Amino acid sequence: MEKRNVISATDLSIGYHTNRGEKQVHQHLSFELHSGELTCLLGANGTGKSTLLRTLSASQPALSGKLLIEGKALEEYSERDRSRIIGIVLTDKTQAGGLTVYELVALGRQPHTGFFGRLHREDHRIIRQTLDAVGIAHKANNYMTELSDGERQKTMIAKALVQECPLILLDEPTAFLDVVSRIEIMSLLHRLAIEQNKAILLSTHDIEQALVLADKLWLLSKEKGLLHGVTEDLILQQRMDDLFSRKDIKFDYAHGVYYPEVDCQHSIMVEASDDVLLHWTINALNRHGFACLLKSQTEEVMDLFTSQSGLIKANPTDIKSPTTLPQLKAVSAENLILIKDGLQEVCTSFEELLNVIEKYFQPLG
Amino acid sequence: MNYKGVKYGIILIATILLLIIANLLFGSVHIPASAVWNIITNNATEKASWSFIIMESRVPQAITALLCGAALAGSGLMLQTAFNNPLAGPSILGITSGANLGVALVMLAGGGTLAAGIFNLSNFFSVILGAFVGSMLVMGLILFFSTLIKSNIMLLITGIMIGYITSSAISLLNFFATAEGVHSYIIWGMGNFGGVSLQQLPYFTIFCVAGLLMAILLIKPLNALLLGTRYAENLGINIRRTRNLLLVATGLLTAVTTAFCGPIAFIGLAVPHMARLMLGTSNHNSLLPITLLTGGVIALLCNLICILPGESGIIPLNAVTPILGAPVIIYVIINQRKIQYFN
Repeated sequence: MEKRNVISATDLSIGYHTNRGEKQVHQHLSFELHSGELTCLLGANGTGKSTLLRTLSASQPALSGKLLIEGKALEEYSERDRSRIIGIVLTDKTQAGGLTVYELVALGRQPHTGFFGRLHREDHRIIRQTLDAVGIAHKANNYMTELSDGERQKTMIAKALVQECPLILLDEPTAFLDVVSRIEIMSLLHRLAIEQNKAILLSTHDIEQALVLADKLWLLSKEKGLLHGVTEDLILQQRMDDLFSRKDIKFDYAHGVYYPEVDCQHSIMVEASDDVLLHWTINALNRHGFACLLKSQTEEVMDLFTSQSGLIKANPTDIKSPTTLPQLKAVSAENLILIKDGLQEVCTSFEELLNVIEKYFQPLG
Repeated sequence: MNYKGVKYGIILIATILLLIIANLLFGSVHIPASAVWNIITNNATEKASWSFIIMESRVPQAITALLCGAALAGSGLMLQTAFNNPLAGPSILGITSGANLGVALVMLAGGGTLAAGIFNLSNFFSVILGAFVGSMLVMGLILFFSTLIKSNIMLLITGIMIGYITSSAISLLNFFATAEGVHSYIIWGMGNFGGVSLQQLPYFTIFCVAGLLMAILLIKPLNALLLGTRYAENLGINIRRTRNLLLVATGLLTAVTTAFCGPIAFIGLAVPHMARLMLGTSNHNSLLPITLLTGGVIALLCNLICILPGESGIIPLNAVTPILGAPVIIYVIINQRKIQYFN
């Protein structure tokens, strides 16, 4: 299926009007959104994700610049035409608890129905098809109040789909959902984007799933504006660090997660029999205030400030030379050997190990 | 309309017919059923006084009750959906207080000689106009405040405060009016479906039907508004035009009913809830028609209760409607969590 430019923006400036004039949230934005792809908009709170989505859905006007949807300027669309081009899914509370799933999804046909909103056979066919595609057909006659949060979101997505719009915008569709529902919804959206050749843009705080399932990423930050590209390109260009302006939060490029700066009071040398064990051993030690050095690192230049996991905030005072460092050999998850000052402790679980560590290492100052 | 809607619709229409018959049979003057039948079927064999009572009093009263009930219930439903507030009604948003003030101005400020029962065409229109302008002004004020106040509860309280202000203005008018004027106004304030004569009935009917037709036209936007303004806009609904149409419809219906029957409490507030509880749905396709029919039933029932004492007199309407309406509201509030349309 040929991909096309559903959104095309040039030198766009978004923001809003206040009593004192214009408040520009972002300027000189230029981007494109293609059909057949799932695009995730990531950014810290307050960086303007909702403003951008509201501008794209015509809920608020852009301050300046060009914004074309399907080749036509957004302002030139009539309300009716706009309702057939853009579908939205929000986290707004509704008073639609007394509607059944079928009735609510049927509301999505309003742009296509006449004065009284009467549904014809074709409308019913589309509704039934969409309920199946989204996976909520078994609840069609249930009231919205009876649904779980995940099912409710699926219903809102189904409603946006029956509008038959080429563009669907979602504002944090997986907020408040548990991880199973989050993955379900993201997978569903990705599948729909491809199968129905739709352009789907969603903002999310679920970075984990976004990196897995998004075809394109839009990284929004106050300093760098909007960075966009294929997920893996942005990751490997080290762009994930620019997303949040905090210096004490870093991106683990190997595992695709953000982690906090560790306040290290001790150092320890770690070796493990495999990568999985190594990762989680370092995880536990960092949490307890240990900066971890890999055995391989100490054989070269000992550069404490660039260890793979765990930044050192304060200069640990018990560093003299590599050979006097305590060591942890993780042979397996049930065989953890701690060596300190010539003494050796074998622990059969992390619980045991952390108790031992508490005993032997006094917190400094 | 779905199956449940049709079922209830038929039951309600049957109930309405029964209640109309009951309303014709009972009254302060005892008229046997056979005579009523003869008079209705235009068999001119009965006493002229009886004929007069049936045709000029009871029939208009029954039809007025039916239309009033539907009008107020419809207004209540539209306001509750549009403002996303289950406690909204024509009276709580201060709209009836605006109509009250308009009527008070026309009745009392004009020297206080306009009694409720004496109308000619120009007086009739001036009362309607007074009620309409009064309710529109208050509605406009409420809308203005709604742009400043985000919380629905705060907006309701503002409506109540505006109601107090209009009450104080009405008190002033009462203070400076003549005794007859005050008396007329107070009797008017008790609510009475008998205020529409046979000559005025066609006009009353036209205004009510116009407002109800506007309500029917609003079914599609009202359903979209259940999702909230942002979703409704996205579905192609012009929010401003919908709000305006809604205001004109509710304003008209409230103004007409208030002008003729006085301010009637509780029907606008409670009947939509009764309909929702019966149908179990928020879908206006069935909810609106059933609300209108239920409103008619409740109004006719209240009217029947009012005229039941017969020779001993008539109970004021506004003494009866709260007895039917308030328990419904209390029931809804207590069972809020179990009721699906609240969530």
